Amino acid sequence: MLEIEIDGKKTEVADGSTVMDAAHQLGIFVPHFCYHKKLSIAANCRMCLVQVEKAPKPLPACATPVTNGMKVFTHSEAAVKAQKGVMEFLLINHPLDCPICDQGGECQLQDLSVGYGQSASRYQEEKRVVVNKNLGPLISTDMTRCIHCTRCVRFTQEIAGWMELGQAFRGEHAEIMPFIEKTVDSELSGNVIDLCPVGALTSKPFRFAARTWELSRRKSVSPHDGLGANLIVQVKHDKVLRVLPLENEDVNECWLSDKDRFSYEALNSDERLTRPMLKQCGEWREVDWQTALEFIGTDLKRVVREHGAASVGALASPHATLEELYLLQKFVRSSGSENIDCRLRQTDFSLDGKKVVPWLGLPIAEIPALDRVLVVGSFLRKDHPLLAQRLRQAAKKATRVSLLHVADDDQLITLQGKSIVAPSALAAELAGIVKAVAEAKGAAVDAALAGVQPSAAAKAIAESLASGEKGAILLGNFAQQHAQAATLHALAQKLAELTGARFGYLGEAANSVGGYIAHAVPGAQGLNAARMLAEPRKAYFVLHAEPELDCANPQQALAALKGADLVVAMTPFKTRALDYAHVILPVAPFTETSGTFINTEGRVQSFNAVVKPLGETRPAWKVLRVLGNLLGLPGFEQDSAEAVRAEVLGGKPASVAERLNNQAVGIAINLESAAPALQRIADVPIHFADPLARRAPSLQQTRDAMPPAARMNAATLAKLGLAAGAQVKVSLGGTAILAVQLDDGVPDGCVRVAAGHELTAGLGPMHGEIQVEHA
Amino acid sequence: MGALGFILNAEEGERGWRLAEYIKRGGYSALKKIVNEKIPADQIVGELKKSSLRGRGGAGFPTGLKWSFMPRQFPGAKYVVCNSDEGEPGTFKDRDILRWNPHMVIEGMIIAGYAMGCARGYNYIHGEIWEIYKRFEEALDEARAARLLGNNILGSDFSFELQAHHGYGAYICGEETALLESIEGKKGQPRFKPPFPASFGLYGKPTTINNTETFASVPYIINEGGDKFLELGKPNNGGTKLFSVSGHVNRPGNFEVPMGTPFKDLLAMAGGMRNGRKLKAVIPGGSSAPVLPADVIMECTLDYDSIAKAGSMLGSGAVIVMDETTCMVKALERLSYFYFEESCGQCTPCREGTGWLYRVVHRIEHGEGRPEDLDLLNSVTDNIMGRTICALGDAASMPVKSFIKHFGAEFEYHIQNRKCLVPEDVQRAGSGFFKAA
Repeated sequence: MLEIEIDGKKTEVADGSTVMDAAHQLGIFVPHFCYHKKLSIAANCRMCLVQVEKAPKPLPACATPVTNGMKVFTHSEAAVKAQKGVMEFLLINHPLDCPICDQGGECQLQDLSVGYGQSASRYQEEKRVVVNKNLGPLISTDMTRCIHCTRCVRFTQEIAGWMELGQAFRGEHAEIMPFIEKTVDSELSGNVIDLCPVGALTSKPFRFAARTWELSRRKSVSPHDGLGANLIVQVKHDKVLRVLPLENEDVNECWLSDKDRFSYEALNSDERLTRPMLKQCGEWREVDWQTALEFIGTDLKRVVREHGAASVGALASPHATLEELYLLQKFVRSSGSENIDCRLRQTDFSLDGKKVVPWLGLPIAEIPALDRVLVVGSFLRKDHPLLAQRLRQAAKKATRVSLLHVADDDQLITLQGKSIVAPSALAAELAGIVKAVAEAKGAAVDAALAGVQPSAAAKAIAESLASGEKGAILLGNFAQQHAQAATLHALAQKLAELTGARFGYLGEAANSVGGYIAHAVPGAQGLNAARMLAEPRKAYFVLHAEPELDCANPQQALAALKGADLVVAMTPFKTRALDYAHVILPVAPFTETSGTFINTEGRVQSFNAVVKPLGETRPAWKVLRVLGNLLGLPGFEQDSAEAVRAEVLGGKPASVAERLNNQAVGIAINLESAAPALQRIADVPIHFADPLARRAPSLQQTRDAMPPAARMNAATLAKLGLAAGAQVKVSLGGTAILAVQLDDGVPDGCVRVAAGHELTAGLGPMHGEIQVEHA
Repeated sequence: MGALGFILNAEEGERGWRLAEYIKRGGYSALKKIVNEKIPADQIVGELKKSSLRGRGGAGFPTGLKWSFMPRQFPGAKYVVCNSDEGEPGTFKDRDILRWNPHMVIEGMIIAGYAMGCARGYNYIHGEIWEIYKRFEEALDEARAARLLGNNILGSDFSFELQAHHGYGAYICGEETALLESIEGKKGQPRFKPPFPASFGLYGKPTTINNTETFASVPYIINEGGDKFLELGKPNNGGTKLFSVSGHVNRPGNFEVPMGTPFKDLLAMAGGMRNGRKLKAVIPGGSSAPVLPADVIMECTLDYDSIAKAGSMLGSGAVIVMDETTCMVKALERLSYFYFEESCGQCTPCREGTGWLYRVVHRIEHGEGRPEDLDLLNSVTDNIMGRTICALGDAASMPVKSFIKHFGAEFEYHIQNRKCLVPEDVQRAGSGFFKAA
């Protein structure tokens, strides 16, 4: 520990601390621009110059290491003179037109110039003008305002993992720019808007929409991936105008993924539904709630009477709130059916009934402390942008990360081991790792693994895992959607057992864990999502989901829904439910209702509505409660979302932790897997993963939202006699016309065709034999 | 060329620089001595300390001390780097050392590698002297062929590899940490110090960087002993030094003279003032050193201490001589433009301040000066100096400050009368490019 005195206040700091760290510890503010606690030290803005006793010159607080007995003055005459000098330099070429700058009112330069600037400029020469850059659909530029702090450059390099911005040219001509003809395409790009201390980088969708002081700041939770990033939703006149991160070191730190940040645009989409709709005599009519609900009540009773309660099924999105999921299952179960599920993309349900509530297996904040990580079956960077970021930072230190997957996308993480195999070989490859570890440790393995020959890559991963002390085996979305999900689970569980590692799941959606906690999964007599569609029901309740895009087999889903007597779609949007539903109810998206998401680490995060529901939209929990009342079902007396929450959690949010369980016993390992000549790999691209992201116009213009193609490696292309760019007809339980794209990250004999998109919705299952022919 | 010294002792022409000729002059004997006698590293550093050799790149840091900073026990790679990125206006000595005596630099660097336990060295050569770079590469080939470089040098267990690396002409890459960044393939921008290169240098490994002339002095010190080197100069200012004399003299060029030589002797060696005109001012150590008026410089001896006492710096030994036909405002405008153009743009005071300085001086020179401009210039330089990551901010400020200090009246005349104190035709006559009107 080192002793330091700043402005007369003494404190002790750890060795290696900087003067800035010590000042933070003492609660002393040192003005700064380039310094950011999550980024490397640049010391280029010089705003944090302070006076240090015995030092001949002022020193930058951010980069000066504390020495024992150091005496620092941050507000002495010499310090303030240096700081004011720097401020003058920063302002000479900076436009002094705050009233027309989008950053006005939330600008660090503006704020600090109040304390350190002068009322008039001594600079009488011509000011610098810098040409704006095209950084893509999310970030707007006003490069003349740039003060060259390089926070954005360091962010792309260090946090996003890929240097997409740099400072070109020298001296006064220095400019921040992307690489020539390139945009900033990272899935975390929006964070540079927060980092920019001036108005050089601002939000394109929000540009000139409002001033920060006109906006209310309301807390919320992201409804997208399993992380549950904490949000500040900014609202004006009951309209969401912007989303910013709410700092939570244990969850999202100070970052947001672009999906978390920009999906709000969908809330104001033209596709929003504002009144209940009823299909009568083949015509859609807007009706009042009473009419719509009475229709549902009457028709549901008829279906139950004619076909039995088991002919009713409910499909819920894992992006729905805990309260909604709970009341939906209660409603379905009270009606006499057990058919409820929110795991719409899952295909292997053999773990059901084994008391498994899949979760991360460790707190998110403990990821940096792991020394070994194996991620199995995950489009990591796009499925879990911020968890991937945590792993990226960890991998720069002591964590050795390995990946077993079906596509060699660059995760921008330094990988220790990597094995990319076809989907049909995924389980066998994981078994190879298990076997190699078992052999190294002299442990016995399941008889099913007897014939397994570990590959070289599997052996390397095994070696890495076996040499660690604090490891984790994490199953990604692809593993969860895999046809052998239970086998993968059993193997990963065994691997964790052998290596003493933690074992868990990277939860697919905001409420993947919440779905289990709310019992929105079928009981022993019930049908799971796949069976509900394979064995068509007569009545379906669809909550927040678009089955034609969100289900494992869109074609089957569509057929089942089209054949039903009653389909009730509860959604904020005019979806394709118009083609198959009988009633569409406008229910509130996450910003218009109270609710709870339980994130992948089991953290219970409740939030309130930040705006009033649009038009006649109602929160889904209220709709379900009224529906329950209407049908005279017991237990629908809750008068608030909080009351529903209390009922689910028994008033003890902590009880969730007790129910989380990844340990399953007695799962059969079945490595048998047909390896067809050509098999499909289906990813769910980041901005096609849920109804909200699909309707956010700016996100849909990003590179991540490029239309899906049929992606194959060169060998597969040659075998099929195809060339990149050709139009092909792909068939798998349906057909789609796609362009061919060369992707050498796809294993031999595989075709990568994304799911979740209109263009590929004509296809059936996400896995299995696929045919490709010239269109 | 002066025949006085030991660095510029090669014959000019096509052969003098070659390995065979260098060996004839006694070259590589220091290296042989070290390798054959297995002289301990401490002893080499000790000799350097005794010699009072100070860094010839400009800052004058004691070389022996610098070498002793290298962590001797550090496991893994360590580097020795030669800074031949001679970019300071007025300086052209390293170019001639590499042109006429490249093996002396190579030998010095090998000895440095031996003394500091480095297995690899780089010579970063200024990008605008391409033919020198090519010659150095040839010299390296000769040394490799003679087993003076590479594995098991001269049959010993000491191995050292040396590579040349050419820059692209950016002045900032002469700053040692920017130079390291440039070798690493990054944009040449200075690093914040600490950490210093001795602990975190090239590729994050301990690194020692010295100037070309410094390395060239090493073989002599090993052969003749530190004391003898010191005797060549004066106490605390050992050895001989190269001075690049340019400007209004009859014989501009490089002169190797003992430290402590009176300035007027150097001026005489350079053939005296052109056309017998009167000396007006001298920048004694490269364009970033403060200018000294004639009466002050004529009393100075050429060593670090004397010039420092007079209020300037010996710097790299680039002596820019200006006679009475020089307009000091125009001279400063040119210098300020250089620093404005060469600032790397990384840190605020230099990026913004150098442009401001240049524009104001430019305005004065073009008859648009204002009475408050001189105070403004002084104030802006105060805000730049000592506030930047590297010394370029200081380098840009010192000419401005010293020109105003010593020739303020000329600036004031310029502002009041919107023209030069030295008539235009006199300036043209003095330039040597125009005939007198």
